[in-house]
Amino acid sequence: MKNPFTLQIEKRSEDIPKWLPLVTSLGAVLVAFIFSGLVLKMIGGQPLRVLGFFFTATFGSWGVFSDTLVKATPLIMVGLACSLAFKMKLWNIGAEGQFYLGAFFASMVVLVPLVPPDSPKVVVLTAMVLMGMIGGALWGFIPGILKAKYNVNEIITTLMLNYVAIYWNNYWIFGKWSDAGFQMTPMFEKTAWLPRLSDYAKQFNALSGITLHLGVVFGLIAAFVIWWIIERSRWGYEIKLIGDNPKAARYAGLNISRNIILVMMISGALAGLAGMAEVSGVVHRLQERISPGYGFSGIIVAWLSKLNPFAVIIVSILFGALIVAGREIQPSGIAFLLQGTILFMVISSDVLLRYKIRLVRYNEEKA
Amino acid sequence: MNLEIILHAGLATGTILLFAAIGEIFAERAGVMNLGVEGMMLLGAMAGFSTSLATQNAWLGLIMAIFAGGILSLAHGLVTIHFQADQVVSGLSLTFLGTGLALVLGEGLTGQNPPLIPNVSLPILASIPFLGSVFFTNHSILVYVGYLFIPLTWYYIYKTRPGMHLRAVGEKPSAADTLGINVYRVRYFYVFVGGCLAGLAGATISLSVSPGWYSSQTTSGQGWIAVAIVIFAQWNPVRAAVGGYLFGMLRRFILDLQGPALLFGFQNPIFMNHNLSFFLQMTPFLLTIVALVWGSQAAMRKRLGSPAALGIPYIRGERGL
Repeated sequence: MKNPFTLQIEKRSEDIPKWLPLVTSLGAVLVAFIFSGLVLKMIGGQPLRVLGFFFTATFGSWGVFSDTLVKATPLIMVGLACSLAFKMKLWNIGAEGQFYLGAFFASMVVLVPLVPPDSPKVVVLTAMVLMGMIGGALWGFIPGILKAKYNVNEIITTLMLNYVAIYWNNYWIFGKWSDAGFQMTPMFEKTAWLPRLSDYAKQFNALSGITLHLGVVFGLIAAFVIWWIIERSRWGYEIKLIGDNPKAARYAGLNISRNIILVMMISGALAGLAGMAEVSGVVHRLQERISPGYGFSGIIVAWLSKLNPFAVIIVSILFGALIVAGREIQPSGIAFLLQGTILFMVISSDVLLRYKIRLVRYNEEKA
Repeated sequence: MNLEIILHAGLATGTILLFAAIGEIFAERAGVMNLGVEGMMLLGAMAGFSTSLATQNAWLGLIMAIFAGGILSLAHGLVTIHFQADQVVSGLSLTFLGTGLALVLGEGLTGQNPPLIPNVSLPILASIPFLGSVFFTNHSILVYVGYLFIPLTWYYIYKTRPGMHLRAVGEKPSAADTLGINVYRVRYFYVFVGGCLAGLAGATISLSVSPGWYSSQTTSGQGWIAVAIVIFAQWNPVRAAVGGYLFGMLRRFILDLQGPALLFGFQNPIFMNHNLSFFLQMTPFLLTIVALVWGSQAAMRKRLGSPAALGIPYIRGERGL
């Protein structure tokens, strides 16, 4: 006897309802949590307790929520960096390296030093922001020009440059800039610290211990700017056109090479800014492992946000929470596993946006 | 610093890249790019290592590693072939997923000593002067498997009927479909083969060439280098093997540069300042970029290129490639 029901998959012809992408994304995250929970259960962990711990450790109080936002800050910028590049189908997997170079260039301002050490805070911080963005842009320029001029696959070059950037940083922090042989530079002067909310604890008692720093404002401004570029500017239209239909873009006379280089540089500059914010706002020195893989999480953030700059902010907070909790959850790979599963589920769920799946009665189909 | 040692070690570490790159060649020849090589390798390395530890049998470990890589690759196959998701993003997520799974399941494996794949010397061949000691002496059995792999995969891809079907599916799936080749089945199969070989590459690391489990440092980016080698090799297994071996030798050469105080009769700057070795560690990655630029130039000149349908999902009954 045949199945009384069959699954029928049809291509959607009508527009997708506005709520559907949100629902599928949320569903994907939920399924990813369940899957990771099952893996944890399999190796003898207690998924529900870990989940409970996850929420108290990340959203449980203002203090930990601020930690979550601090981790979300670089993710917002890196997520935006990836979103912009991905809009043009330019696979910038090198945000991690651009982040490190941005941190390095920003540190140069203090350690070389590029501005006199007794300069006012505004001058030092402005120089650091600019240098951070230049560093990241430089690291985006290399794969950009290789892609534009020689058609070299940018996925590989950006990835390889990640490793190069990390070794480059190590050279400086282990050697020339090392603080008495430790694998870090000396602590920056206070003038090179981004203002934090806890700096105002004297006036407002509630703010003591709140480590949220000005970098988050950079992230919000960047989100608005990128949204404006993509949705409102002529250039953004070009970027989307090149991404969706390069052939049409070429016939329309768009300069694709120039756009590749520009987008890679802006994408790199955003990731570099994230690196600057991290050294100036959080660690206050250049050291090893300033990034627990922000550059890679940014890829997932961008995709989960469907490349929407404002959604990047929300998703970054979720991923910031994952990073905060991941530091303490054992085994340590679980945060990685969860991120990978989320991304996997999200791209799988996209099929629901293109196709309708219907349950069809067997005899109905016959008729 | 000894040429014989560098060549010998290069063949051993090159075998890792050889397996991974040839696996990726199979998948990409069928039109499916799988950037998850790094993740599949790491999962394979972990699965092989832990199975060998649990069963005290390295060969069972090897089989498990192949199996683990293959299973993981099927997730990529499902998402890209049936769900038509973007292959780049899916491959990346496979790397995250594989890395995460390997780290979670590999918890506590560091420092363990499972049985390993044995090293052997080939009789007669090993006694050839120089070449014998480089190619046929005291190598892991997997290295010899690698030697056999090169002509066999070349013959399979270019000279057999299934190999022709494979290339057809990667170049023009609609034409292949018209001829009665099941495009979906062929793609699934070679994605699976690619995953199996990536798993094998992982086990080659953890059970043979540099045995041990060092969490994500076990593969340390070799999966990505394998992907780059595929492009550089223009999807040809023989060129991929040469590339893999050259890279292996380079790695060993770099390692050897750091040791001696005197280098070619001069004072060794790296010996004086160990921090300079960070620049040496960069070189494989920089050279990958250089090789890619060179390879892309050559490809553009000769109008060679990737399989035409690489990265494009095939949808039956729709216009397309």
